[in-house]
Amino acid sequence: MIDQLNLTMVNWARAQFALTAMYHWLFVPLTLGLSFLLAFFETLYVKTGKEEWKRITKFWMMLFAINFAIGVATGIILEFEFGTNWSNYSWMVGDIFGAPLAAEGIFAFFIEATFFAVMFFGWDRVSKKMHLFSTWMVAIGSNLSALWILVANGWMQYPVGMNFNPDKARFEMANFWEVIFSPVAISKFTHATSSSFQVAALFVIGVSAWFLLKKRHRDMARKSIIVASVFGLLASGFVIFTGDEAAYTNARVQPMKLAAFEGLYDGEAGVGLVAAGILNPAKKPGDSEETFLFEVKLPGLLSLLANREPNSFVPGINDLVYGNTEHGVMGVNEKIANGRIAIELLSQYKNAQKENNPTRAATALANFDNYKEYLGFGYLNSPEEAVPPVALTFYSFHIMVILGTLFPLVFLLFLFYAYKDTLSRQKWLLWLGLFSVPLAYVASQAGWIVAEVGRQPWTIQNLLPVTVARSNITAGAVQTTFFLFLALFTVLLIAEIRIMLKQIQIGPDFSGMPEDE
Amino acid sequence: MFGKLDLMQLQQLWWIIVSIVGSLFLFLTFVQGGQTLLSSAPKTDLEKSMIINSIGRKWELTFTTLVLFGGALFAAFPLFYATSFGGAYWVWIAILFTFVVQAVSFEYRKKPNNLLGARTYELFLFLNGSVGILLIGTAVGTFFTGSQFQLDDYNLVMWQHPLRGLEAAFNPFNVSLGLFLVFLARSLGAMYLINNIDFRLDIMKDLEKRLRKAAFTNLLAGLPFLVFFLAKLVLMDGFAIDPASGEVVMEPGKYLHNLLAMPVAMGLLALGLVLVGGGVFSCRFSKSRAAIWFGGLGTVLVGLPIFFTAGFNNTPFYPSAFDLNSSLSIYNASSSRYTLTAMSYIALAVPFVLGYIAYFWHLMDREKLSTGEVSDFNTKETY
Repeated sequence: MIDQLNLTMVNWARAQFALTAMYHWLFVPLTLGLSFLLAFFETLYVKTGKEEWKRITKFWMMLFAINFAIGVATGIILEFEFGTNWSNYSWMVGDIFGAPLAAEGIFAFFIEATFFAVMFFGWDRVSKKMHLFSTWMVAIGSNLSALWILVANGWMQYPVGMNFNPDKARFEMANFWEVIFSPVAISKFTHATSSSFQVAALFVIGVSAWFLLKKRHRDMARKSIIVASVFGLLASGFVIFTGDEAAYTNARVQPMKLAAFEGLYDGEAGVGLVAAGILNPAKKPGDSEETFLFEVKLPGLLSLLANREPNSFVPGINDLVYGNTEHGVMGVNEKIANGRIAIELLSQYKNAQKENNPTRAATALANFDNYKEYLGFGYLNSPEEAVPPVALTFYSFHIMVILGTLFPLVFLLFLFYAYKDTLSRQKWLLWLGLFSVPLAYVASQAGWIVAEVGRQPWTIQNLLPVTVARSNITAGAVQTTFFLFLALFTVLLIAEIRIMLKQIQIGPDFSGMPEDE
Repeated sequence: MFGKLDLMQLQQLWWIIVSIVGSLFLFLTFVQGGQTLLSSAPKTDLEKSMIINSIGRKWELTFTTLVLFGGALFAAFPLFYATSFGGAYWVWIAILFTFVVQAVSFEYRKKPNNLLGARTYELFLFLNGSVGILLIGTAVGTFFTGSQFQLDDYNLVMWQHPLRGLEAAFNPFNVSLGLFLVFLARSLGAMYLINNIDFRLDIMKDLEKRLRKAAFTNLLAGLPFLVFFLAKLVLMDGFAIDPASGEVVMEPGKYLHNLLAMPVAMGLLALGLVLVGGGVFSCRFSKSRAAIWFGGLGTVLVGLPIFFTAGFNNTPFYPSAFDLNSSLSIYNASSSRYTLTAMSYIALAVPFVLGYIAYFWHLMDREKLSTGEVSDFNTKETY
């Protein structure tokens, strides 16, 4: 297997996955959050019977539909990309990874597809209550689809509930419930959805702030802001709680990722959290360069975050790469040696079987079992290859955390001035709301960069490096499709933004109603 | 319940499930058929809007069924997923491309400021309905004609043809299946529109006439391709698994033997063809609006035996013409017993899903799509 490695192809395939996943994620958070906001707006309409809530619902629903279409378009590529660019991955873990994808189709996509049509076209075709039910189902369906795909992603970050089958040279599911209820899957789902609720809340606030600045539809804008701020504020609580949980889980199952996003090279006890900093670009694992050119550190906090214990030891990149016997950390160098033994034993087992030599096969297999947990490491060329891009992970993490901490303040401010009924006069706040929209998207994308770049070089943590997961195709083919999707998605994104801005400019339809201010 | 089934029974159960999803997809391609009718059936903007708004309320069901078809194959037969997508690269990329552009086209076509203009989005819809369906047909055709690949000891696929899957589109058998599916989709599309649109107004009468005619002429146009496909299918040498040795060999008349060995499949095929034909006839020569149900059910019944012939009776469903023993069967390409069992429980939800889809379809379509709904610019919920 290893002799066929083609690094260039792998890197194009990684770039393509990053490209398509990031494009897809431009649209998903709004779908996840706005669908619930639509359900809230429409619930207010059904409860109060006031026509204006219906018009408000319809306005946001129009924007939802524009965003939803391109979300679907960018999503289909991702499912099939596992096959086209990562076919060895698809074979080696399809037994486990395929199930949540199929479940997503059965449990979530059909709910979305069926009820979206009712929600959008069914105002006069089904009863009021049935329509409200459909709107809620769109919200539930969208978020269920996030659940299944994040279960699948969580499994890649923390592979549980499975065994390696040496006869088929693949991983097989052993416990479905362990896969679904893996702590990483749960923290991924709760963190990704709650942060998406923030994005959607800020989107609604930003657009409404623009209306207030333009002195148009002020009543609708104020009402939308109140609902969105409450939703965003509640979501923020979850974001912080689940983010803390995610860091704690990272420390257990992906310590390298934790070390990378904190820029921690040399582990220590009672280590501080870098609140902000500038990395030294010359720093490499194993050298004696300073890590930071500038840093602001909060003492003891990283140990607390990682282990819930302020004086505990947190391993750094160097400990994880080169080992730290004092703290019982096995280095990647040792794991690579073990991994190569595992590969050799597996090949011995296969050969013994071909030669019909059951005794030799049994011995090889018994020995293989002792080394199989290091199998993936056997494909790494050097210990340093196990280190993800530190700078990208570090900055993304800090951008995400800083923005994620600011958003609850934005929600609070909007709620405060809405309560005092002086929103229209707070020009600075309205501009802040408007600028928070792109920042929300930045934070959301940064979160995925931390999650995915931070786990490189692994497709499946510790088991399957990207170099082995790939398809047997030329770099040129992947390069071609990379630019194809880049061009296509960029054109569609521009179209989407233009349509969206135009629809916002046209504004809600209050015809036949007493004009709001 | 499923825990009592052995691995082979589960593999067969999952081939049946995959066949059902695949056949339902063929029925739902009435959306794609409607998309290609856009360039010929409507004569006015209103008529065009009626067609787009009618199929536009169903396109996501078709799309989702395709995604589920892929997901089910991934979960149940991961080696097929890996081999076919990673191997026949270009044909899948081309198919996906047409579905990406389809997904935005309904929503963006009429919106102001949409960058590309309505004509481009209509072209996207046409490409999806023509090239997309044609290529899906040729890809399914390779279930019988085989592909050029080899698997190594670790099941890594090495594709042996530089066109990476697109070569299938140069095989008359595969292309015949593809073209038949394109015409069938158009015929189904016309029948669906007849069912879904309110033609009572005088300005709509002419469209109704054209659509009823289109249902008939398109099936007629597809017929030679179907006949060629079926004739070739029963006459050709097929890929067979020798049950004793497990080796794959070429067997003359293999697919005919499969049909003869599975009288149920043969019955389904015959009944399906009769239903499709009957549906189309009733659409053309009567005032009936129910033709789509006969045509749709018929399509599903025609789809099932084609999948069954490809996968059952010791037949590798994804054969390699380059290296016979690299061929994939439901037995060597499947997931483990544990996963297939777990997935079978998940699949218990499918009848429930079909149930609510049918119920809401009924609720939404009790009243036919009227011109008022489409031309009323005060309500923006139109495509």
